[in-house]
Amino acid sequence: MPATDEVEAVAEQVFVALADPRRRGVLGVLAAGGPATATDLAIRLPITRQAIAKHLALLAEAGLVTAEHGERRRVRYRLQPAPMQLAQQFLTALTRDWDERLWALKDHLER
Amino acid sequence: MGFPDQIERTVELAHPPAKVWAALTTAEGLGAWFGNKATIDLRPGGAAEMTWTTGDRAEMRVERVDEPTTFGFTWHIYGLPTEDPRRTYVEFTLVPVDTGTRLTVIESGFAQLPDGEYSKAFAGNTEGWASELGELVDYLDAA
Repeated sequence: MPATDEVEAVAEQVFVALADPRRRGVLGVLAAGGPATATDLAIRLPITRQAIAKHLALLAEAGLVTAEHGERRRVRYRLQPAPMQLAQQFLTALTRDWDERLWALKDHLER
Repeated sequence: MGFPDQIERTVELAHPPAKVWAALTTAEGLGAWFGNKATIDLRPGGAAEMTWTTGDRAEMRVERVDEPTTFGFTWHIYGLPTEDPRRTYVEFTLVPVDTGTRLTVIESGFAQLPDGEYSKAFAGNTEGWASELGELVDYLDAA
């Protein structure tokens, strides 16, 4: 089991990655359509190929995409969901809402 | 550390522990305040389930039954794929007080992450749909 601060660093990178609408666009296209090259992404998104390359580098750094070397030296990028699932656990903790549940219990006991 | 591994809440209830215990551990109780309908096999390892009229459903496994002071169960982490084995542990503790019952709920395990998951994120592992589709192609080619 990795150290807590290591886990938190992963989650922070995920949230930084998701803070940019263009990176959300890249992740959305990879999630919907599977692995794609930077050129494919530039065709499908209103972003220049240079900007896509920059965002893909940041996403790879965060562990959210990996580069695969395919035929004719084309590099395809693939979504990696594990860091996202980690960030999702943190979001889950924040949305558990025991306050509302315990109010419902209080109400139930009063009836 | 900015993110919690556990959540803890305490409420004072103007009812004796026995009544609170029933609300927490019977199908009638759970189905009234927690879910819209519930079933429970109240023993360690027993299964419990809550359903909501929205179509949501929660499956629990009873872990601890010390009537009328401690009731614990684990359940799946909402938002993760259903095949993900990680679960959080929820424990209710009932303490009798002059005015009724002090109830504490602790849900823990939010920051857990098995080694496998972690290495999968960074090893550039190419498992997943594409490799499964690749296997299908190999299988069809061999036929």
